[in-house]
Amino acid sequence: MSDCTEPRPPAPGNGPDGEGQEGMPRRHSPMTVSINGADHDRPPRPGQCLRTYLREEGCTGVKKGCDTGDCGACTVHVDGVPVHSCVYPAFRARGRRVTTIEGLAPPDGLHPVQQRFLDAQGFQCGFCTAGLIMTTAALDEARLADLPRALKGNLCRCTGYRAIGDAIRGVRTVDDADGGPAVGASVGAPAGAQVVTGAAQYTFDVDVPGLLHLKVLRSPYAHARIAGIDTAPALAVPGVRAVLTHEDAPGRHFSTARHEHPTEDPADTRVLDDVVRFAGQRVAAVVADTEAAAEEGCRRLRVAYEVLPPVLGPEAAMRPGAPLVHGDKDPVANRIARPDRNLAGELHAELGSVADGFAEADVVYEETFRTPRVQHASLETHGAIGWLDNEGRLTLRSSTQTPFLTRLALADLYDLPPERVRVLTGRVGGGFGGKQEMLTEDLVALAVRTTGRPVKHEYTRAEQFTSATTRHAFTVRMKAGARRDGSLTALQLHVVTDTGAYGNHGPAVMYHGCHESIAVYRCPNKKVDAYAVYTTTVPAGAFRGYGLGQVSFAVESVLDELARRLGMDPVLFRERNVVRPGEPLTAPGEHADDLLIGSYGLDQCLAAIRSAAASTGTQAPPGWLVGDGMAMAMIAAGPPGGHVADAAVTLLPDGRYELAVGTAEFGNGSTTVHAQIVADTLGTTPDRIVIRQSDTDLVGHDTGAFGSTGVVVAGHAVLLAARALRTRILESAGGSTLSAGAVHLPDGTSLPLTRVGPVQAEGRWAGTPRSVAFNAHWFRIAVDPDTGELRILRSVHSADAGRVMNPLQCRGQIEGGVAQALGSALTERMVVDEAGRVTTTGFRQYHLPAYADVPETEIVLADTEDSIGPLGAKSMSESPYNPVAPALANALRDATGVRFTELPFTRDRVWARLQDRAGPSA
Amino acid sequence: MDLHTVAEVVSPAGAGQWRPGDAWLAGGTALFAEPRPGVTRLLDLAAAGWTPITVRDDGLEIAATCTVAELAAYARAPHLTAFHGLATACCHAFLASFKIWNVATVGGNLCAALPAGPMIALTAALGGECLILGPGGERRVPVTRFVTGDGTTALSPGELLRSVTLPTAAATGRTAYRRGSLFTHGRSAVLLAGRLAPGGLVLTVTAATVRPYQLTFDGVPGAAALQAALADAVPDDAWADDVHGSPAWRRHLTFRYAEEIRRELTA
Repeated sequence: MSDCTEPRPPAPGNGPDGEGQEGMPRRHSPMTVSINGADHDRPPRPGQCLRTYLREEGCTGVKKGCDTGDCGACTVHVDGVPVHSCVYPAFRARGRRVTTIEGLAPPDGLHPVQQRFLDAQGFQCGFCTAGLIMTTAALDEARLADLPRALKGNLCRCTGYRAIGDAIRGVRTVDDADGGPAVGASVGAPAGAQVVTGAAQYTFDVDVPGLLHLKVLRSPYAHARIAGIDTAPALAVPGVRAVLTHEDAPGRHFSTARHEHPTEDPADTRVLDDVVRFAGQRVAAVVADTEAAAEEGCRRLRVAYEVLPPVLGPEAAMRPGAPLVHGDKDPVANRIARPDRNLAGELHAELGSVADGFAEADVVYEETFRTPRVQHASLETHGAIGWLDNEGRLTLRSSTQTPFLTRLALADLYDLPPERVRVLTGRVGGGFGGKQEMLTEDLVALAVRTTGRPVKHEYTRAEQFTSATTRHAFTVRMKAGARRDGSLTALQLHVVTDTGAYGNHGPAVMYHGCHESIAVYRCPNKKVDAYAVYTTTVPAGAFRGYGLGQVSFAVESVLDELARRLGMDPVLFRERNVVRPGEPLTAPGEHADDLLIGSYGLDQCLAAIRSAAASTGTQAPPGWLVGDGMAMAMIAAGPPGGHVADAAVTLLPDGRYELAVGTAEFGNGSTTVHAQIVADTLGTTPDRIVIRQSDTDLVGHDTGAFGSTGVVVAGHAVLLAARALRTRILESAGGSTLSAGAVHLPDGTSLPLTRVGPVQAEGRWAGTPRSVAFNAHWFRIAVDPDTGELRILRSVHSADAGRVMNPLQCRGQIEGGVAQALGSALTERMVVDEAGRVTTTGFRQYHLPAYADVPETEIVLADTEDSIGPLGAKSMSESPYNPVAPALANALRDATGVRFTELPFTRDRVWARLQDRAGPSA
Repeated sequence: MDLHTVAEVVSPAGAGQWRPGDAWLAGGTALFAEPRPGVTRLLDLAAAGWTPITVRDDGLEIAATCTVAELAAYARAPHLTAFHGLATACCHAFLASFKIWNVATVGGNLCAALPAGPMIALTAALGGECLILGPGGERRVPVTRFVTGDGTTALSPGELLRSVTLPTAAATGRTAYRRGSLFTHGRSAVLLAGRLAPGGLVLTVTAATVRPYQLTFDGVPGAAALQAALADAVPDDAWADDVHGSPAWRRHLTFRYAEEIRRELTA
């Protein structure tokens, strides 16, 4: 147990008896707050909530997920009663006992609930975990018996809740360390103990003396020119240190998107611009001693806007004469396909002749599909803390998936040599692609350089919705033809994506969406016309699946419809048409040619679906309609164009090993796998590996934790480094084998590792060639036609991840992907009003799947071993997301006879469509 | 979240202390859940020490500062059958979890005046009467007229909600309840409460509509009469139109649930 501060003796009369023991009365001064048994006499500010007070007192295990009482990440106990500390007035805690995650357990031990969360690995990024543990510790028998209701106030974006349910029920799923190989075992995450005790340090869980706070004034208009900003009233606010406007910002254009090659994205963004192109865009930043002063400064800024016409949808934006979002920019210099037509990117290409293909077809089907904007909703918001280190080096601690690329972007933006910039992360509280983006660091860097002081900029949850990025909304018109024997003759896509006000990831998502989604099918005639369109709305960006989910929703729906029209089983129809081992992966357009089928488990995935579909025995209420549906997906194991990872492994003087790797850990679990790889390669155990990661000071380069690369790229570099170190140790010691703690020599003697080191070796993997992973999903559902309620009766997911490095974690990634996909299929929708403003700015308006919303999914893993990936592994992180929505749509079609073409399938929409079917007479 | 503009807390506070820039504070779960840049002072009612629930001869008085948890746990008025018939279900209708129940108050839910406010449904269905204290004295308003629209109430600046009294006659009888939401334990999109007392059926419609609508029948109407009365009572523009459900769907469920309640109470 910890009181979050330096140990201090209990006040007289308070005794240690009540410390950490909930429900026991304990007397202390009415003017102090007892936190984990220690009295804190610093009074809270009048309008302060308990969450920030506790964090300021050192209890950084208390997290901000929403700050509105909805997500539960800030759960603490006040006088033994669980509350959401973000909506609990701090002044009210005076005279009361507060217990946080840091004080839940007895000294030097774990609370039983903490142990259970370790045993079931009931976390991924871990940002919600302290709140879940504090909640679970307060559940009585009745609430334990009704977890869907009891956990209404706890949101987890990563796990899909199965692992959390196991943890609460005391199911142990992690493997015991038995001295056998680590790879292939369900090893727990190295940071597990820190996560469950609240000790894991996320981005803002550090105390930076002299820290200034940055707040942003954001545009109320979807499109406006800033005619002038009067900063004087803001500068007059006591505590305000600086006001930053477009006049202070570099003139250079860049993209917030981070890619190995910055030229992949349009250069259309400034740190602060004199034109705002979406409601929520930065207008100015105020840097002050306190958040209060910074906010007051923002309110005092006087901005003269010259309002410009907005353009809110891609169809409108593509019409001739539409207001131009980046009409002032140059196609070549700014890398914008057609600024005069609001096109960030476009793709027009054909393989064979779809006209011929449709002519050969016995059945042709065409339909238009729509997917809305979705928010990543990582529980940790965007944000960064920046400072100048002792050598005057610009240093950023950021919630990012791409520290190395962000360093290069900052160096470029501010004309600094890269070695004068350092970017690092703490533990990152979820990403899902949203943090493959530079959304805060550029502004924090400007503030640090302006003030010379450390500066923090932390997004609010509302800013996550209005001013971060979203999944791209897609409109996909698809036409496909097939012969009576089930063979596809033509696939034609017309794709329009809404990239919002800026083109970050716009062209790349469009390209990727139109690749593996159709490359997985052998069809001689394929045609794609695709447009990434600027609108004056919140920018879209990278999101799990990177366009594939949106296009697969159309492709898999259309193929299901073709199979129906041919009277063919949808699994058989897929089997007739999918690529086979050794065949090329083709899609119209210039796509990187390093993508190969390094292993093939799609046949196993489809067989698992067939077996699930043959099952019976699921029950639906009377009057409900029941149906089955399946869909499948393929994904490249890594992005095209190169993805680099450097790793270094060092034998430490104490005989342990240190692994240094650049990639970030945000719940993806790659760190666990890295430790497993090092342990097996060096004949030791994961607990003897010290991991340092995600810091530009550690290794040469790392493209970042995106594109499903944590295992197949970073893991590959780790494997190469560990192998090189093994060779080096054996050579230097003249040894023949390694074990934990010793080098064994040919003469039968051994040398302790403590006498060998220090010795280091490095590894690098450049991310090419790339293999492909496969996924398929099947649902049996029931639908109440009179209410629109859709109930999942059974959910089965099959996946080909190559050699499975950590079965428990792989299962967790799949479950989390399925749950996030269920969110976009059933509950999540960002609403933009007629003025272009996002109105769904919190978790009450934007419904993330909660425990009650996610059914258990049975998972079947194919037995394959990849020829490219490290130790035979493939990616399994983004891809489980992709087949879920179309599988659900196909099940809805089967149950109701209606083809649903627009996500999400909320009850009101399902009901409305079924009313249409019934006709006005019904 | 932190309310940075707040410079002072008056605790406990009472009627007559309000001035512009003040906000009445009960539990705080609503007040602290949104930026309140206009609020400079909090008037803390939770510290006033009001008895959460008082049984009187003429009814049950629920203090505005009674927490949802206290209401959910209350079991000392077994004769008020309608109250007990609806109270637990209405507490479960909160989108918020049991942890919020420990802090959020009945009065706070009424004053937030959201369509989905389940304490509005409960107290409206049971004939609740609000006691309002203001600088000039006190007045009483039925819950059905206390909430005037989505987020609006009958309170004037400076007035506070002191309590809601459920008359004994209205808090007894048989009850039935139906709730619809886009999600299993999601925010209420439709919340109907029916009460059958010797006088007849009282049907209260909330969540589907921007403010509560109450239909009172002598005896029990037939199905057609009920549907006609509903169509008559709720104007077309009163169906809530927000992300929690389309107006047409909410209207449809309202009519469906009304009939289910009618049947359940006459079975």
